Amino acid sequence: MQVFVHGVGIAGPGLNGWAASRPVLAGLSPHRMAPTLRSIPDILSATERRRSSHAARLAVTVAQEALLAGGLSGHEIATVFASSDGDGDITQEICEALAGPAREVSPTSFHNSVYNAPAGYWSIATGSRLASTSVCAHDVSFAAGLLEAACHAAVERQPVMLIASDLPFPAPLNRIRPVEHSFAAAVLLTPTSDGAPLMRWEISLQPRHAATAFPACLPDSLRSNPAARCLPLLAILARQEAATLSLDYSDDSDLVVLCEPGA
Amino acid sequence: MMTALTVTAMATANPLGRGLSATWDALRLDRHGLRANDFEDAAIKTWIGRVEGLEAEAIAGDLADFDCRNNRLAVVGLRQDGFEQAVARARDTYGPNRIAVLIGTTTSGILETELAYRRRTPSGELLPLTVRYRQTQNLFSVSEVVRRHLNLQGPVASVSTACSSSAKVFASASRLMAAGLCDAVVVGGVDSLCFMTLYGFASLGLLSSGPCRPGDADRDGLSIGEAAGFILLERREYSDGDLQLLGYGESSDAHHMSTPHPEGIGAALAMERALGRAEMKPIDIDYVNLHGTGTPANDLAEDHAIWNTFGDRTPCSSTKGRTGHTLGAAGITEAILAALCLQHGFIPGTLHTTRLDSRLKSHIMLSSERHPLRHVMSNSFGFGGNNCSLILGKTP
Repeated sequence: MQVFVHGVGIAGPGLNGWAASRPVLAGLSPHRMAPTLRSIPDILSATERRRSSHAARLAVTVAQEALLAGGLSGHEIATVFASSDGDGDITQEICEALAGPAREVSPTSFHNSVYNAPAGYWSIATGSRLASTSVCAHDVSFAAGLLEAACHAAVERQPVMLIASDLPFPAPLNRIRPVEHSFAAAVLLTPTSDGAPLMRWEISLQPRHAATAFPACLPDSLRSNPAARCLPLLAILARQEAATLSLDYSDDSDLVVLCEPGA
Repeated sequence: MMTALTVTAMATANPLGRGLSATWDALRLDRHGLRANDFEDAAIKTWIGRVEGLEAEAIAGDLADFDCRNNRLAVVGLRQDGFEQAVARARDTYGPNRIAVLIGTTTSGILETELAYRRRTPSGELLPLTVRYRQTQNLFSVSEVVRRHLNLQGPVASVSTACSSSAKVFASASRLMAAGLCDAVVVGGVDSLCFMTLYGFASLGLLSSGPCRPGDADRDGLSIGEAAGFILLERREYSDGDLQLLGYGESSDAHHMSTPHPEGIGAALAMERALGRAEMKPIDIDYVNLHGTGTPANDLAEDHAIWNTFGDRTPCSSTKGRTGHTLGAAGITEAILAALCLQHGFIPGTLHTTRLDSRLKSHIMLSSERHPLRHVMSNSFGFGGNNCSLILGKTP
């Protein structure tokens, strides 16, 4: 399967937007640790800004960045959202409430608790009535999302936005599932080379071999974030080099991406 | 047009019973599987649908680490209806790396975490080993259980789009097959009772005080159920009477997080897209299994969408008064019920509903009827405005 990469969005520790992160990922300027910015994406209406959780806003932030860079309008793009852990703040809040005497769950928290909450906010913001799929595959959720998105683009012949995001759980779940840093990234993928794609990705599953190393220019602590497993791929995108990359996919196979710089 | 996929095996465990035979018996005899809420110590006045006996069926062996209510339900489901044998046959034919697993769920094993929160230390810490995060709470755990239980090595993911989750897996499965990434797919859905969904839907005022009454003038909400369901899809020569997936349609409402578009625009789009993929006209559909939750807003919005797509000629009904709303397992459970209806030529009535809301214009069946069927549609709509319609057919 081949897809063409158009826009990119990124939000992570010391990785604030693609323009600023690109030289860091390309190894041209040093990474400086700083907390992930808590931005409120202006694509959301005032109501949705108020209702949405931090996790949903993070996902929408990177999708908005990729959308603006990609030259397409939101309503013509299907979406795939990938996350291992979903919205940890909401999970903690609801579990806490359910363990208390009153067991009062906030209605807003409950509707924000669905895994596809970021997708719901995004479709409301963009007016997109196209398909949206939210997938989870624990630590390899990004690879599972990329496979779903590439299949969607290739089979349905539609542009697809892939958004991967994961955030640390608050206490006490953070001891059980330790994830450091909030991280999200989005790539806008199309089935054809129309426009001026940044890269062509040829995607396949191959028998398990060895995953491409995590970029040495980034702090080790980022590896604990499942969504950050996209960074080896984004580093190739930043360097605009021809390369073949392997992502962990399962005990049996790797997701292999053959990368070719854009026209 | 999509390439039709053949349904070569089905398995179910739901409040109507374990297995296709028990489920069909309950269906044709208009027996429902709901009861006054008796789940753990959840003090909510509502009715639920539960699968009996899960409390005593711990997972043993290699997958013992994955033991939790949701994964028990998954394993119980897999053991029904010769499903394991059918998958073993497919594994021999195609190889384990050519069979994918796609499972829909919304809450996975969150119940384990909910209970662990009650046992926290005085300082609020979770006790070690009370939460096996990867094996229970994480949404992927059920897909891992299914894949490992069936000894498969192909593509795998959990899909979680609220109450459309296990309808969406059919769309993703169809794409995996079309892209050549596999030769067969185990699609499924597993969701089990937990406090989060009971108290969450209660907080939204969406739980019915008795058995849910979809489409009734006095309907007051949904009844939560639990279920596991699985279908094996293959692209192979079919024989007479085979069941096939002929179409799927996906859409987003782009309207509101927990309320459907009032005119059912997203729902209608999902149905239109499913018809388009199957290259069918509305008149080709003989029966629609509604999402039909029994909430005032859902049933009204879906009726708009049905009316705009089918008018008042196509028989429709909701089976949620029988099974309850099994959330992330609703798509697969109702696909299996629709398949049984196709096989047996049966249109199930909408149980518990006595007086239809006069605002509803579509052809909603209150009583069950014997009727030959060729093509049926099954609708599943979820929070976040995520919609999916499936079309199943029987080869002549």
